[in-house]
Amino acid sequence: MHSRMTTTLIIIIAIVLVILALLPFLHRAYTNRTRVAGEVDERPRPVLVDTRPPELMEDAGDAEPVPTADPPAAPAVVPPPASFAARLVKARSVVSGYLGSVLSRGVDDNTFDELEEALIRADVGVATTMELLDSLRATAKAQNIKDSSQLIEVLKADMVSKLAGDRSLSTTSEGQTVWLFVGVNGVGKTTTIGKVGQRLTNEGSTVLMAAGDTFRAAAAEQLTTWAQRCGADLVRGAEGADPSSVIFDGVQAAFARGIDVVLADTAGRLHNKVNLMDELRKVRRIAEREPGVVAETLLVIDATTGQNGLAQARQFTEAVSVSGVVLTKLDGSAKGGIVFAIQNDLGIPVKLVGLGEAAEDLVEFDAAQFVEALVSLDD
Amino acid sequence: MFDSLSDRFEGIFGRLKGKGRLSDSDVDEAMREIRLALLEADVNFNVVKDFVARVRARCVGQEVSISLTPGQMVVKIVNEELTGILGGDTLPITFAPKPPTVVLMAGLQGAGKTTNSAKLAAWFKRQGRHPLLIGADLQRPAAVEQLRTLGARIGVPVFSDPGDPVTTARLGIEEARRTGRDVVICDTAGRLAIDEALMNEIRQISDTISPHYTFLVIDAMTGQDAVNTAEAFHQTLELDGVILTKLDGDARGGAALSVKEVVGRPIAFASTGENLDEFDQFHPDRMANRILGMGDVLTLIEKAEEAYEEEQAEEAARRMMEGTFTFDDFLDQLAAVKKMGSLNSIVGMLPGVPKELKNANIDDSEMARVEAIVYSMTREERTHPEIIDGSRRLRIAQGSGTSAAQVAALVKQFGEMQKMMRGMMGPAFAKKKAKRNKKKAKKGGRVTAAKRNQVAAGPVSGLQLPDLPADLLKDAGLDQSDVSFRLPGR
Repeated sequence: MHSRMTTTLIIIIAIVLVILALLPFLHRAYTNRTRVAGEVDERPRPVLVDTRPPELMEDAGDAEPVPTADPPAAPAVVPPPASFAARLVKARSVVSGYLGSVLSRGVDDNTFDELEEALIRADVGVATTMELLDSLRATAKAQNIKDSSQLIEVLKADMVSKLAGDRSLSTTSEGQTVWLFVGVNGVGKTTTIGKVGQRLTNEGSTVLMAAGDTFRAAAAEQLTTWAQRCGADLVRGAEGADPSSVIFDGVQAAFARGIDVVLADTAGRLHNKVNLMDELRKVRRIAEREPGVVAETLLVIDATTGQNGLAQARQFTEAVSVSGVVLTKLDGSAKGGIVFAIQNDLGIPVKLVGLGEAAEDLVEFDAAQFVEALVSLDD
Repeated sequence: MFDSLSDRFEGIFGRLKGKGRLSDSDVDEAMREIRLALLEADVNFNVVKDFVARVRARCVGQEVSISLTPGQMVVKIVNEELTGILGGDTLPITFAPKPPTVVLMAGLQGAGKTTNSAKLAAWFKRQGRHPLLIGADLQRPAAVEQLRTLGARIGVPVFSDPGDPVTTARLGIEEARRTGRDVVICDTAGRLAIDEALMNEIRQISDTISPHYTFLVIDAMTGQDAVNTAEAFHQTLELDGVILTKLDGDARGGAALSVKEVVGRPIAFASTGENLDEFDQFHPDRMANRILGMGDVLTLIEKAEEAYEEEQAEEAARRMMEGTFTFDDFLDQLAAVKKMGSLNSIVGMLPGVPKELKNANIDDSEMARVEAIVYSMTREERTHPEIIDGSRRLRIAQGSGTSAAQVAALVKQFGEMQKMMRGMMGPAFAKKKAKRNKKKAKKGGRVTAAKRNQVAAGPVSGLQLPDLPADLLKDAGLDQSDVSFRLPGR
């Protein structure tokens, strides 16, 4: 027991008690305020019944939380395989609207304001946007660029060069290749594993899926469906089992059967939950045990994610050294600009992109087309 | 989750508050920083633009106030505008005169529809209703199984039919009528707002079951696109409100601020944790206070009221004042505080708590050890901790699986607490009474430097009451010197 902990506890108790002692006054204050404001006096009162089982409170360190999200829908029937560019077209119109007007004018302060708006709206983030535009301003001045379309070409080239990186998915010949999939809840880890499995089996590799999400209700069933679909082996544990043990078993089984790649699923977790991140560290440690080699740790990020994506990438890479990002749900209206900030700040490249619900819709990341869609001009 | 946003605001306001007069450049600088803070929090670009414009207009033509400095006035304006954006009142939930009350859940993939359908069902159950869950997500593998598992966990029946979603929804309503369930929550598959086929499908579901409430489930981590999504769903479905999920992350929650402003529909519920009961109605005004670092005393009070029996609370307060607070009382308090939720969440609601304490990761399981130590004491030791000597300490340590040093530390802390409480309660109450007598003599609730020094020099050294919002105290007939309450090091 740390004495700081005790102090905190005591402070809280004291504060709560004092607040209770002051209750009559506080209440009157709120009631008065409400009346003055002419609002309805009967505020809807929440009913907070704490039915949490006591063991959840006592063993916060071990207790597995109920995940707050469900993963994305998996392929039903439908869409034909599509190219990166084709799938992005429908998402373009939003940005095109802004930049259309830029084109019609020469370069002035408004041009930069509009570029700023376009980038921020694409979730690139204020800091990264400023950085890009400052260097663009300098270039424009140095090269005396007067034409908007030329200016935008310079910006695009700059962005593409910043997105350069190794996008290959590595395997190892000395041991059992393991690809570990991590991320917050509901970004599409399980679905991505299904799609990656399909790709690998189509290419003639053998795949084993390890259902390391022992936590979310029916997550293993979801992965089982995928494994059947693409003819992959599957290792799963009981619900609530230690995820490390499931993945360890998966690695052992795959090695014994001579399978090429183990795709290890993990439960979604928010990156600020210390105990869950510790659990993930352990998963990785165990997966690295002979003969396992974690050749890729892929952080799955939802394209709708805003600036929090950067915090996610930072925390996950700190815990399990992320080697690449999988950007999912880019076929919606969200631009996924946060991955630009992630690569810019942390140097983690995007390796795969999810553009739809079919297995074929998981494609390699193409920086030029991604930037084109971010700063697109054609309608 | 709004904490980092509130940190930013605290910094901005800190610089303003000290100024007796605001120059144009001060206002400009503050507006720039507010804009930046909001954009970094993922508040929609247009919403930020309008927000800053409104605040600036009000700041420039500032209403003159006797009791507030110009800096404080800016804080007040920002607070009011923020509350406005979040959407003043809590969305009231009423029930259909002819049951069942039907709720439709919609949203993108991975927002948390299935989990939150179950959480909402559990919430209705806590209101004394009898919900039925319909699993109309027939697309994602195992989505219905997930709902069934969750339903079993909260004791709510789940209906699903392996046909098509529209039929499932229709049959589900019939099932509810047949079995007498008075609330129906229909979970649907995740869909992109730009996917016409699927948007048509959910419109059909909606037409079939004519929901009383249609909620859009949105991930708190969503970026600028939240608004587009909400608008698209609103056009198709006529939303009634939004359910904000994953609020327990460290996202700054800009999506929450934007949706109400753009779509005109409030955040009705928020999911604040991973357990199925960490879900409640959303109170915009309280959240605005929280963003501005003013704590959320009202929710804290409500939680305390839930956790404490009235007499028990009075008794504890009395004992504190008299200084007869024993380890047994301490155990009772510990149990009550536990009922209020995790320590981290309680700290989050306290006003004026230093950042270090707020950001500290408090491990609730440590409470168990503290309890173990107290349980290992004899009755006499609990009422008279001063009799605990070396050998008793050793015995307690062995009994509780801790070390003698830890026992000593707890006993010492407890002593400090007793002192603190006496110090805190005594003068505060004595003063309050004195002040009541000359109530009319004093106007306003400002804390003068002299008063502050007086308090600092008083008998209370370790701990004082937190800074409760000034207007609240004023209304309560107190001023801050009565309850000024700082933690050490602030």
